Amino acid sequence: MRGFFGVYSEWRNGTMIESDVFVQALQDIGVDFYTGVPDSILGGIIAELMERRLYTPAVREDEAVAMAAGAYMSGKVPAVLMQNSGLGTSLNTLISLNMIYCQPCILIVSWRGYQGKDAPEHLVMGEVMPQFLDTMKIPHRTLSEKTAIEDLKWLAETFMKQRIPVALLITKGVVKGLHP
Amino acid sequence: MRPEQGTMQSRAMAMAALLELLTDQPVIICNGFPSREAYKIADRPTHFYMIGSMGNAPAIALGVAVAKPNKQVVVFDGDGNVLMGMGTLATVGALRPKNFIHVVFDNEVYGTTGNQPTISNVVPLEKVAKAAGYVNVERVREREDLVYEFKDMLKKDGPSMLLVKVNEMVEDVGRVMLDPPDITKRFMKAIQ
Repeated sequence: MRGFFGVYSEWRNGTMIESDVFVQALQDIGVDFYTGVPDSILGGIIAELMERRLYTPAVREDEAVAMAAGAYMSGKVPAVLMQNSGLGTSLNTLISLNMIYCQPCILIVSWRGYQGKDAPEHLVMGEVMPQFLDTMKIPHRTLSEKTAIEDLKWLAETFMKQRIPVALLITKGVVKGLHP
Repeated sequence: MRPEQGTMQSRAMAMAALLELLTDQPVIICNGFPSREAYKIADRPTHFYMIGSMGNAPAIALGVAVAKPNKQVVVFDGDGNVLMGMGTLATVGALRPKNFIHVVFDNEVYGTTGNQPTISNVVPLEKVAKAAGYVNVERVREREDLVYEFKDMLKKDGPSMLLVKVNEMVEDVGRVMLDPPDITKRFMKAIQ
């Protein structure tokens, strides 16, 4: 993975991150395989990835995680995009494939149900997500406009060092979506 | 016809016939007895033996096939596994990787957990794959058909599915005596 000495100084100002700048930053830290299942919060990022012909769509999050594992073993640095409900769907794969076989993966997870403001189906996972990830021993960090450069550096370093899945959580309004 | 009827070959026999035709292709082998049998028949560094994540073998293979378009990737799968991850048939069918051969050993039972019946006796998995977009699909029983069709698939552009009806017999096999992180490292090095 290449070093990340970004030119993304505008993020320091705390303005909303543009999807294309975020995707470029992921490419700059070396991520070169993208798959996942969409979420509205991730809509802008996925549109940008499709525009760049970098995205291989999956139909379930466990499938996406397994595809990423195959790509990793083929020399790629993979990222899986998903809504946090997908953490539940992919739990067994994360544990019995990635963890057991030491296969790292970058998880870009939208944090639905953050601070209890969302549709009912998102509230339970939204509330417990950090503890859930802690229990699964998946390192995680929440992206913010002001710390974005550090967040991505941390993501790349943790991926390289720990050889397990590592999650970057994205709350609504931090990265520009399709409908601002 | 139920697998116990007739003179069907065992999965291990079918697998041995296929492994004879393979050399350095990456082979992703599903969890349970199939991985243990393949390990016993012919252990190769190009084999990725799964011990968990049931249903995910073709998804792992798909990741390899997309990342390594010049390598022909083979999956050894089971009927219970395919049923669990059936959505992946659609993902494969939509992506249409030419270098993807999906072998399904169909014994109509969850053999590793005590032969509870699956539903593949009434759901023809190769037809599901065909409908999902696999280019070549074949269902075989006899050894000579198996060898003929597999050789043919090795020559053709995929994705292909070869469904092999096998009986419920299981080889006397132990566990795969490799640590999972070592399986990862060995496989990565072998398919570089």
